[in-house]
Amino acid sequence: MSTQAVTIKQCGGCATDCHTAQLTKLGIKVRNWDFAVALAGNPNTGKSTIFNALTGLRQHVGNWAGKTVSRAEGAFNFEDKKFKLVDLPGTYSLLSTSVDEEIARDFILFGKPDVTVVVADATRLERSLHLVLQILEITNHVVVALNLMDEAERDEMTIDVRELTRELGVPVVPMSARRGTGVSELLKAIGKVAAGQFPLQARQIRYEDKKLESAIETLTAQLGETFADLPNARWVALRLLEGDESVINAVRTKTLGTLKIENSFSQLALSEAR
Amino acid sequence: MTLDMLAVGQTATIKNLNNQSTERRRLLDLGILPGTPIENVMSSPLGDPVAYRVRNSVVALRREQARLIEIEE
Repeated sequence: MSTQAVTIKQCGGCATDCHTAQLTKLGIKVRNWDFAVALAGNPNTGKSTIFNALTGLRQHVGNWAGKTVSRAEGAFNFEDKKFKLVDLPGTYSLLSTSVDEEIARDFILFGKPDVTVVVADATRLERSLHLVLQILEITNHVVVALNLMDEAERDEMTIDVRELTRELGVPVVPMSARRGTGVSELLKAIGKVAAGQFPLQARQIRYEDKKLESAIETLTAQLGETFADLPNARWVALRLLEGDESVINAVRTKTLGTLKIENSFSQLALSEAR
Repeated sequence: MTLDMLAVGQTATIKNLNNQSTERRRLLDLGILPGTPIENVMSSPLGDPVAYRVRNSVVALRREQARLIEIEE
């Protein structure tokens, strides 16, 4: 199997084309849809149930390019718009300690989906919010699907959804995918965020340590100079400060923003898209 | 005192993570961080691994992993 690196063109005037190219490199066929939606979340939060509820039988199952991690893709229509839905591997974090996390991270960071739906477990909210906040560090085009509300109610837990929405600055939709409740509300929220109709004010973590914030600022500026169309320089700066080996290497070899195509599946998708 | 010394049914508070390997990140991602209450829920027949409840979810840790987590009553 040959390994081939594809460099992303640096340009300003063709955002849509570049975005399409990026998605193609991630093995996503860019045809016949208006918005790309990614589905992220912890394992065992009902992510697949939500995926099935949204796409029904219109889905395609394959593998992530070069990885033995399965991937499901589906499509749905909502208010005359076509949505492509990509199921990301279930992860607790995006800090790439595993292949699954790397896939999820790369997709959200470089695939730049129009909307990222983060499935949160209402009964284990703290653990779920950890991933929500990490994704909010990368993108503010997020909808939180607060799933397993039936279990939370059974455990006599109440969740102040309105306050949570206000705190996170993105729509939070309480639902129980297993019982089919909240699915239409989730669709509405996805549609609103995709169309830019929700006033997103995503909560971004700011650190109290002034030295840390100034280090992030310095690095972010330097990264912006070296890598012109980096999706999120602040996020990369944070990973560098944290000592994330894969990000350090990508910066050192100037391959940041470059996605590796490692098997024929995505090559196929690439040639199909041409 | 370290987490592996916590008896079944007992609860303590995490004081420090002495694990410096790549596993440290994973433990933090699971909500195992200083100041968090942790309970020994049950032990496997041979006493290793042990199931701990932390932030309303149950996580199984091996003895050598638990030994690197400092706790206080």
